Amino acid sequence: MSTMTDPSKQGFRLSQLIYDTRYRSMTIQVVAMIILMLLFSWLVNNTVQNLEALGKDFNFGFLSQPAGYDINQRLIEYTSQSTHGQAAIVGILNTILIAVLGCVLATVLGVIAGVLRLSKNWLVAKLMAVYVEGFRNVPLLLWILLIFALMTESMPQPKDFRGAEPAATMDFFNSVAVTNRGVYIPSIEFANPLFAETWVNWALVIAAIIASIFAIRKIGAWATAKQEATGIRPTLWHINLAVFFAPIAILFVAMGAHLDLPFLKGFNFTGGIHLRNSLIALWLALSLYTGAFIAEIVRGGILAISKGQTEAAYALGIRPNVTMNLVVLPQAMRVIIPPLISQYLNLTKNSSLAIAVGYMDVRSTLGGITINQTGRELEGMLLLGLFYLIASLIISGAMNIYNNSVKLKER
Amino acid sequence: MTDTSQSLAYVRAQMIPEQEPPLGEKGLVKWIRENLFSGVLNSVLTILSLIVIWMVLSHTMPWVFNGIWIADSLKHCREIRDATLGTDASAACWAVLTERAPQLMFGFYPADLYWRPVLGFVIFMIALTPILFSEMPRKLLILTATAPFVSYWLIWGGTIWGPVFIALGFVLGAVAYQVLARSAGAIIAVTASILVPFIYWLFIAGPLVSTVSGALPIGIEAVESKQLGGFMLAIIIGLAGIILSLPLGILLALGRQSDLLLINKVSVGFIETIRGVPLIVWLFTASLLLNYFLPPGTNFDIVLRVIIMVTLFSSAYIAEVVRGGLAALPKGQYEAADSLGLDYWKSMRLIILPQALKISIPGIVNTFIGLFKDTTLVVFIGLLDPIGLSNAIRATTEWNGIYWELFAFIGLMFFVFCFSMGRYSMYLENKLRREHR
Repeated sequence: MSTMTDPSKQGFRLSQLIYDTRYRSMTIQVVAMIILMLLFSWLVNNTVQNLEALGKDFNFGFLSQPAGYDINQRLIEYTSQSTHGQAAIVGILNTILIAVLGCVLATVLGVIAGVLRLSKNWLVAKLMAVYVEGFRNVPLLLWILLIFALMTESMPQPKDFRGAEPAATMDFFNSVAVTNRGVYIPSIEFANPLFAETWVNWALVIAAIIASIFAIRKIGAWATAKQEATGIRPTLWHINLAVFFAPIAILFVAMGAHLDLPFLKGFNFTGGIHLRNSLIALWLALSLYTGAFIAEIVRGGILAISKGQTEAAYALGIRPNVTMNLVVLPQAMRVIIPPLISQYLNLTKNSSLAIAVGYMDVRSTLGGITINQTGRELEGMLLLGLFYLIASLIISGAMNIYNNSVKLKER
Repeated sequence: MTDTSQSLAYVRAQMIPEQEPPLGEKGLVKWIRENLFSGVLNSVLTILSLIVIWMVLSHTMPWVFNGIWIADSLKHCREIRDATLGTDASAACWAVLTERAPQLMFGFYPADLYWRPVLGFVIFMIALTPILFSEMPRKLLILTATAPFVSYWLIWGGTIWGPVFIALGFVLGAVAYQVLARSAGAIIAVTASILVPFIYWLFIAGPLVSTVSGALPIGIEAVESKQLGGFMLAIIIGLAGIILSLPLGILLALGRQSDLLLINKVSVGFIETIRGVPLIVWLFTASLLLNYFLPPGTNFDIVLRVIIMVTLFSSAYIAEVVRGGLAALPKGQYEAADSLGLDYWKSMRLIILPQALKISIPGIVNTFIGLFKDTTLVVFIGLLDPIGLSNAIRATTEWNGIYWELFAFIGLMFFVFCFSMGRYSMYLENKLRREHR
């Protein structure tokens, strides 16, 4: 009993703060905290002094003042009388537009290139390797400028389409005009729309598509239940086709949908949709560049699934395409999706290179012209940074949720 | 038994010699059949690829090889083309490269001083070799320690005492560590080795440089940052960013894995903030806002600001890559290090980091490649990188309207740099591979 020794009774010594691991971490954190606070207050103090010296204050009132500049590419109503805040929203929408378009095309290109690079066909595999290495190793900015120059310098002028024997003709049955002022494509117009606002009609169409997809999933679930009960899976593809296309067709016919083709009028094309060179160049360059990275991700994901998985599936008598769908792809997706999402994030951030071709994204409106006109660098850059930061945090948050739902459940 | 087999008429007595495979099953024909036309789909793909290749090559090859190398303007180029090849022929005007190559390489650096950046670059490359390839003699590491200062001095010029007294700060830090590590213990020694150089640089180095260079003016012609440009600028920013961001990124990754709540949260906040915002916005911050955050009246070099921003930016990405490597190590490695009685820094330095960094090599090199490509973005804050120079060249009357030749050259240069970095990473991965396959 008397051998029981209590640890040091001499109480707390100052040197324990450094040499005792129980206290050391606290010491380090407190010191780090103090240093951080000092640094932070130094920065804030400097900023306040500098702002005072320049006679500026810190407020966001400029957002409700009239902007006074025009934005040629806009998704919502905007005039030069609108406020800086509205200009920022137009820019944000443009950023989202290019990001969504880019992500879709980049995924298509990347998946095709990634799968083809694994092809047994030597020529195709090498061609895809050239594409991937070529785009991955050259700066994105150069590609944007190159495609923009290609669009503005090498494409025919609108006047070349004129006359009995024009120097240039429209593509795709006279519906698409590629000119040095941009690409003109047909748009779908409604002769007798159900609603006065155009976007409501389109929302209706999109709602119909979503409803059809939902119905198709329900039908699939019903078929699976029936297969499990009887052993025979009912043939579904014609039902699925009908369910998918019938509502859209009915809506289109009811609203009198027709194509509005672009045509030459005066010195330029009118009608249809005008895709500006800046949009096209940025879109193609971002998609091709990110597509090359996605191709590598897809290739890596498929290679990461060990051959034993495929062989095991074959040994069970599962047919090759079913093996791909039920065995390889679900496992490959777990490897592919996280880096894929981070590529989407990169694409969204890289869309700020719009500055190179004058596409009016949020950096060009809020972080460009607005800052220049109001002289509010601090507030403008802060808002711009916050926009990108929140966008990334939302996307990476969604990615984390997805990762947790698909990761291997180890016990 | 042998007798019976010999007497049977249908059993061959000796082996017939091996025969040639059928024509369709050997050599080129077999290879083509297996690799290009093994099925309907593959045949279609092959033919489509051939069409694509032909379309691309038939448009670019004549343009490349008809190129005109000697002319003094785009107009002159076109005259030569019209005279020799006809007006319809497509021919590149490579003359812009022969004429403007020095500018694309060095920007507006004084032409008679071109040897200085070249020499600096060569010294730096030699100094890098012992780090990149373990076969090189270890004594070169002495050069590695001095090369950054020598190269800096060669490129920017000015008094030799600036770089010398800055380097002295590092020496002071090392001395402080050596002296105190014996007597006062590791923690105090590390703190001192950080504090001593900082105090020295902040308060002593400046006056020291001005007094000594006043007394002993040794120096070469100074060159301003504004005169730097072209690939030289891209390489300076790229190399500085790469070298500085690796240690910072590793520290951030360790911070993010740390048990200390505050350190952990600060690292996470820093990494996510940097990664969430595009580099362009950070560069604008550096050029527009940095003056707000520093004491009134401070104004420091724009190239230095860009290097700091690029370093911070890519260190956040490297931190994420290294964190992946740290997380991929089995927990047993950490526990083994602890059970050997190693303290935190020793276990990291000797056990954890060597393995984690090995795993993260591809990601780290990819980040470096991204960093080098991103140096082109400095054009937006007014620095003359290769793309900025191509705009400047296009704005002159002689070369107004020249696009493709410059793009091709810049693209090719970047491709060579980035591709060789990628190959080096593959070489390193192979060299460090330990498991048997």
